[in-house]
Amino acid sequence: MKRKHKRLTFIFMAFALFSIATSLILAALEDNIIFFYSPTDLIHKDPGPEQRLRLGGLVAEKSLRRIGNAVITFKVTDNTKTINVRYKGILPDLFREGQGVVTQGYYISGIFEANEVLAKHDENYMPAEVANAIKKSGQWQDNRTAKKGRTE
Amino acid sequence: MLHRFANPTRFLRFADRIQPWAARFTVIFVIAGLYFALLNSPSDYQQGETVRIMYVHVPSAWMAIFCYTLLAISSGVALIWKHAIADLIARSTAPIGAGFTFLALITGSLWGKPMWGVWWVWDARLTSVLVLFFLYLGYLALQEAFDDRERGIRASAILALVGLINVPIIKFSVDWWNTLHQPASVIKISGPAIHSSMLIPLLLMALAFKGYYVWLLLIRIRGEINFMKVRALQLRQVHDDESAFRGQDQTMNNGVG
Repeated sequence: MKRKHKRLTFIFMAFALFSIATSLILAALEDNIIFFYSPTDLIHKDPGPEQRLRLGGLVAEKSLRRIGNAVITFKVTDNTKTINVRYKGILPDLFREGQGVVTQGYYISGIFEANEVLAKHDENYMPAEVANAIKKSGQWQDNRTAKKGRTE
Repeated sequence: MLHRFANPTRFLRFADRIQPWAARFTVIFVIAGLYFALLNSPSDYQQGETVRIMYVHVPSAWMAIFCYTLLAISSGVALIWKHAIADLIARSTAPIGAGFTFLALITGSLWGKPMWGVWWVWDARLTSVLVLFFLYLGYLALQEAFDDRERGIRASAILALVGLINVPIIKFSVDWWNTLHQPASVIKISGPAIHSSMLIPLLLMALAFKGYYVWLLLIRIRGEINFMKVRALQLRQVHDDESAFRGQDQTMNNGVG
C-alpha cells in the first residue's frame, strides 16, 4: 500500500470509529440534551416537586385565564396529554394560544408552577394576508407546530 | 484534475480571472438581496418586522456550516495527498467561517430576545453552533501553537477533521432533541415552509454571502502565497548570510592557523 493510501484508510477508519463513539455518547446523554419535556414525558417521568425543569408544547386553545394580580393560567398540550400551568409575570410578545411555548418551573401535584415562560416559534414563515387566506379557505391545520412526543 | 491546481502559480492565474467576477456577483446580489429583504418583502404573520433578521441570520448560519465542511474536507485532502492548494484553502477558509459563525450567533441572539424572550439558552442547536465557533477558534490557535509551522498545520488539520462530526449534529439537533430553536424551514423533505415572497430574498442573500466568501477566499489565498514567498526569501537570506559569515570565519581561522 502506498503511504497516501495508508493515510486515507487511517483517517476514514478513525473518523468512522469517532462518529460511532459520539453517537453513543449523545444517545446516552439524551435526557440532558433535550431542552424541555413534553406533557406526555413529564407525566410519565413524574418528577419530585423540588426538581426544576422545563415543560414545552402548545398553548391549548381558549385556555388562557388571567386571575388578577398578574397571575396567569393556561394549558400546555402535545395533543396527547395536557398540563395546567400557573405563571406570574410578563408573557413574551409571541405568546399565543395554539403556538409553541417552553416554560420553566416545578411540577407540583399536577400543576406546573412556572417562573419563566419562553415563546417558541415554528418553522412557518408567511405574510399575514397569506395566513388569513389559508384560514379563510379552511386549509389551516391547527397545531401545525405540534412537536412529536418522545414516547412514540 | 486534483493536481492541476496544486501549483500555486497556476492557481494564481486562475484566481486572477475569477476574483473580479466574484466581486461583481457579490455586489449585485447584496444590493438585490438587501432591497428585497429590507424594502420589498412582507412582514411575517407572527413575528412582524422582526422576521427581517432572518435574511442575515440564516445565510450566515448556512455559511458557517458550509465553511466548516469545506475546511475539514480540504484539511483531509491536504493531510492525505499533501496538496498545497487544499492546505491554503483550509487555512484561508477558517477565519472567514469563524466570522460567519460569530455573525450567526450575534444575529440569533438579537432575534431571540424579542421572539423567545431570552438572548441565549443552552438548547442543542445553540450549544452546537457555539461549539462550532470554538472549533474554528481552536483551529486558528492550534496552527500558531507550534514552533515548527508544519506541525501546527498538521495538528490543526486533524482537529478540523475531528470537528466535522459536529456538522450533522448542528443540522439535525432540532430534529433529534427538543429545542427552543425551530426546525428547518428551507431544507426539509416536505419542501420549504416559507412563503415565496420571503424565500426569494433569503436565497438572494444566501447567494450574496456565497459570492462574498469566494471573493474573500481568493484574496486570502493570494495573501498566504505572498506570505510564503516572503518567508522563503527571508530564509534564503538568513541562509546566505550564515554561509557568508561561516566563510569569513573559515578564512579568519585559516589566517590564524
